[in-house]
Amino acid sequence: MLTNERRQVGRAVPRIEGPLKATGRAAYAAEHSEPGLLHGAAVPATIARGRILEIDSRAAKVAFPGIVAIYTHENRPDAAWLDRSWQDDTAPPGHTYRPLQNDRVLFDGQPVAFVVADSFENARDAAALIKVIYERDVPETDLSAKLAERYEPPKKRNGISPPPEPRGKPEQAFDEAHVTISADYFIENEHHNPMELFATTVLYGEDGSLTVYDKTQGSQNAQKFVCNVFSLKQDKVTVINAYVGGAFGSGLRPRHQLFLAVMASLDLKRSVRFEMSRRDMFYLSYRPAMHQTVSLAADAEGRLTAVMHDTVQATSRYEDYQEVVVNWSGLAYRCDNVKLTYGLAKLDAATPGDMRAPGAASGLFALESAMDELSYAAGLDPLELRRRNFVHFDQNENKQLTSKALRACYREGAARFGWERRKPAPRAMREGHELIGWGMATGIWEAQLQSAKARVRLSANGQVIVQAAASDIGTGTYTILAQIAAEALDVLVEEVSVQIGQSDLPETSVEGGSWTAASSGSAVDAACLAIRQRLLDLAQKDKASPLKEATVEEVVIRGGHLRLDVDPKASVAISELMARAGETAIEEEGEVGPDAKQMKKFASYTHSACFVEVRVDEELGLVRVTRVVSAVAAGRILNPKTARSQILGGVVMGLGMSLHEESMIDHRSGRIMNHNLAEYHVPAHADIHDIDVHFVQEFDNKASPIGVKGLGEIGICGVAAAVANAIFHATGIRIRHLPITIDKILAGDKTPTDRAA
Amino acid sequence: MPSAPPSLQTVPVTLHINGKRHDLDVAPWTTLLDLLREELKLTGTKKGCDHGQCGACTVLVDGVRINSCLSLAVMRNGAEITTIEGLGTPERMHPMQRAFVEHDALQCGYCTPGQICSAVGLVAEGHAESRAEIRELMSGNLCRCGAYTNIADAVEDVLNQQQKAAAE
Repeated sequence: MLTNERRQVGRAVPRIEGPLKATGRAAYAAEHSEPGLLHGAAVPATIARGRILEIDSRAAKVAFPGIVAIYTHENRPDAAWLDRSWQDDTAPPGHTYRPLQNDRVLFDGQPVAFVVADSFENARDAAALIKVIYERDVPETDLSAKLAERYEPPKKRNGISPPPEPRGKPEQAFDEAHVTISADYFIENEHHNPMELFATTVLYGEDGSLTVYDKTQGSQNAQKFVCNVFSLKQDKVTVINAYVGGAFGSGLRPRHQLFLAVMASLDLKRSVRFEMSRRDMFYLSYRPAMHQTVSLAADAEGRLTAVMHDTVQATSRYEDYQEVVVNWSGLAYRCDNVKLTYGLAKLDAATPGDMRAPGAASGLFALESAMDELSYAAGLDPLELRRRNFVHFDQNENKQLTSKALRACYREGAARFGWERRKPAPRAMREGHELIGWGMATGIWEAQLQSAKARVRLSANGQVIVQAAASDIGTGTYTILAQIAAEALDVLVEEVSVQIGQSDLPETSVEGGSWTAASSGSAVDAACLAIRQRLLDLAQKDKASPLKEATVEEVVIRGGHLRLDVDPKASVAISELMARAGETAIEEEGEVGPDAKQMKKFASYTHSACFVEVRVDEELGLVRVTRVVSAVAAGRILNPKTARSQILGGVVMGLGMSLHEESMIDHRSGRIMNHNLAEYHVPAHADIHDIDVHFVQEFDNKASPIGVKGLGEIGICGVAAAVANAIFHATGIRIRHLPITIDKILAGDKTPTDRAA
Repeated sequence: MPSAPPSLQTVPVTLHINGKRHDLDVAPWTTLLDLLREELKLTGTKKGCDHGQCGACTVLVDGVRINSCLSLAVMRNGAEITTIEGLGTPERMHPMQRAFVEHDALQCGYCTPGQICSAVGLVAEGHAESRAEIRELMSGNLCRCGAYTNIADAVEDVLNQQQKAAAE
C-alpha cells in the first residue's frame, strides 16, 4: 500500500497533459509527417460475401498520375503464412483476417484494394474510381435467423471464462417457485466510434527501420504484430501511441490500417500514412448483436430460487469471438440453482470486438431488466429485491471477494437520488405531458491485475521520470502515474515527467479491461519502493548513518531526504547520497503481476448502483434521461477528477446504448446502412442532463498492490437496464430490445419476437 | 500540394491564420480542414468525420464557428481564421482552454479543440444564457468520451466570468 501521508494520490489533480490537448499541441497518429509522405486509401467491398472477379484500376490511373501504387490480392507483397503470426495478444481463436490475402470477401466493407498516392485527396479520389466486379453469394447477417445454428465455441478465448457448470436444480426450482418471470432480450450491433479516425503513419528510416504512429491501445501489441507478420526484427520497429483519441476497445487488436500502411512503406521504401474515413471504421469491429433469455424464480420473500441465463451471440465466419455475458448472472445475487449457457452463431460479418465492458454491458442489460420484472411480479421495490439477494462471495467460482461495498452503493446512491420518494406503480408520476419513471440496476465488472513493468528515475535535483509502455486513451493514465510517483518520492506532480505510449518502454499489456491504473500504477509504486531501497543501501554504506539499522519499511522520502518515518531527525539528503556514490540519478524498475495463490481463494470485482430518471412524452414517445446517479465501489480512487470522468463517460455511452445506438444492417445485402455519425447517433450535448457520480468508501488490499480496482468499464454496467426499467416505471411499457427508440415505445408492450416476426 | 491533373490549376488564396498572413496556391477541391492539417501542419484542428457531422474540425472564421471540413479553402479568400493553436499556448491558455482543463472537460482530447473553438464562438454569439441553451447550442460537437457535463460546466464558468467582468 501507499503509505505516505503527504497526499498526491487521492487529490483531484487536473489532467497533466490537459494543456497540450486543450491547445491542439498533442499529436495523434495521423498528425506526424515528413516531406514526401505518401497517403493511402482503401477501397471497401460493396458486397458482404462472395468473390472478387476483377479489379479495374485503369480509370484511376489515367485520372490520377499521382498514384504511386495500387495493391490488391493479385499483387500484395508476401506476409506471414501461419495463423499464429497474425494473432495478437487479444485475438480470439480462429483464422485472423488478412487484408488483401485472396479473392474472398468475408464482410461488408472489407478492403479489396489499397491506393497509395502523393496526396490524401489523390489517394481518396483514385480509390473512388477503382471498379470491382464481384461474384455475390447470399449473405447471412441476421442473428435472429441463425439462432438454431448456435454452437459452443470449441476453443476458448484467452482470458474469457466460459460459463460455470450448472449448480443445484434450476429447472425444478423454477417450476416449483412462488413467483417466476422469463423473457427474451435483444441487443443490436453497436460501433465504438472514437472521435479520432483510425490511422497509422509509418516513417521509413534510412536504415529501413520503421517509426510507426498507430492508433492502438497497446504499442507493444501492435509492434509484435508488425514484426510477426512482416518478419521484422524487434529493434527495427518502434510503435508510438502517445496520444490516442479514444478507442473503447476498438484499438485492442491491430487494425488493417496498420497492416496496409506498413506493407506499403516496406514495399515502396517510403513513409506512408493511412487515415481511415469514418465510414471505413464501421467495417472494423463492434459490440455484437445478442439474443438473451433470462428466467428467474423467487420465494415469497423475494429470495431467488432459480437463475437461468442463455445467450446466443453473433460472431464472424472466421473467428470465434467470445465475451463473458452470462456468468454475471451466477454471481450478482445469491442463488443455489443456476444454469448459465452461452453460444455463438456465425454471420457474414467482420469479427465483433471488445467494446466498453464487453459482455457485462450486454449481459447485465438482460439480467437487470429481468430483476426489475421480477420485482413487480413479487410486489417488491426493485432496490429491496436486490438487497434481499445480496451475496458476499462468488458462487460461480466458490471464492471469497477481495471487497464488495455494493450495499453502500445502494444506500448512498438511493439517498442521493431520493429513491424513497418513488411511487411503486408504473405511470404514477407525471409532470405536464411527460410521464416520469425511476429505475435502477446493479453494475459489476471484474477487477483485474495484469503483468506490468515501469521504470522510475529520480534525479539529485528532485526531477522524476516515469516510463512504461502503458497507454492513455483518455483514461487519465499520465496523471495517475505522475501522482503515484510524486507521492512515493515526495515531489510535486509538476516535477514528474511521464513517458508512456511507446513500444520500447518497459513492458505493459494492452490498455483495456479497466486494469491499467491497478497494473501500471502498482508497477510505478514498486519502482519507487526500489528507489527507496537503493537509497537506503547507499545510506547504510556509511557506518555512522542515522539510518544504519533501518529497514526499507521504516524509512520514507521527505523533502529530498531519506529519513526514519518515526524520527524526522534521522535523515540524510538524497543529493548527498547520490553525490557520495558518484551518481546524478537513480533509476529502478518495478514489476507486478497477478498473485496466483491469492487468486485461488479470492475473486475481485468492482460494483455500482445506477439510478435513472426518465421523462417520456406521452404522445410522442420521446425519452429524456434527466437524472442519473451512479454510485461506484472501486477500491482506492487515485484522482477523483479523472475517476469521475471515467464514470461519466461510461454512463453517457450507456445512455447511447439504451436509447440511440444501433448499426443497421440491410439483411438482404448484408451491408451496414448508417455508416456515419449523422445516422448512427451517439449521445450529443443535448441528450445529456445531470449525472451525479459518487464513489463509496471501499478498502481493498488484495485487488492490486495499491488498492485500486479500475474504472473504465463499471460506469456503463447496468445503465441500459436502469433506463429500460425507468421507462417501464414511467409508461408501463417493457422494452426488451435495445436501443429503446420512439417507434418501440409507441408500438407498446410487444415482445421483440413479435417485432422480429 | 496534390498533383492536379494538368487541366486544373491551383488557385491563389490569401488567408490570415492566427494573425499571420499566408499567401497560398491551393487546389480548388482542398478543404479548409485539409489545408490546415496537411499543408500548414496546424493539426490541432481535428478530422473526425469529414462530413460536418461531428464538429471536431470547428474553427473560427471571422469570429464565427464553422466546420472546416465543409468549407473549401478557396471559399475563404481574405478571411481571418482562428484555430485552436491561435487561441492560446500550453503556457498561456485562453480562458476557455483553462476552464476545459480545470473542469476536466476533456478525456482523449480529440474533440477538444473543436469543442473549445465552438464554445468560444458560442460565447461571442451572445445568445447562450442557460445551461439548457449551452447544451443545445453545443450539440454540433460530439464527444465520445462523454465529457458533456464537464464541458457544459466549463462553458458556463467562462460565461459567468464574462458576465461578472462586464458588470464590474
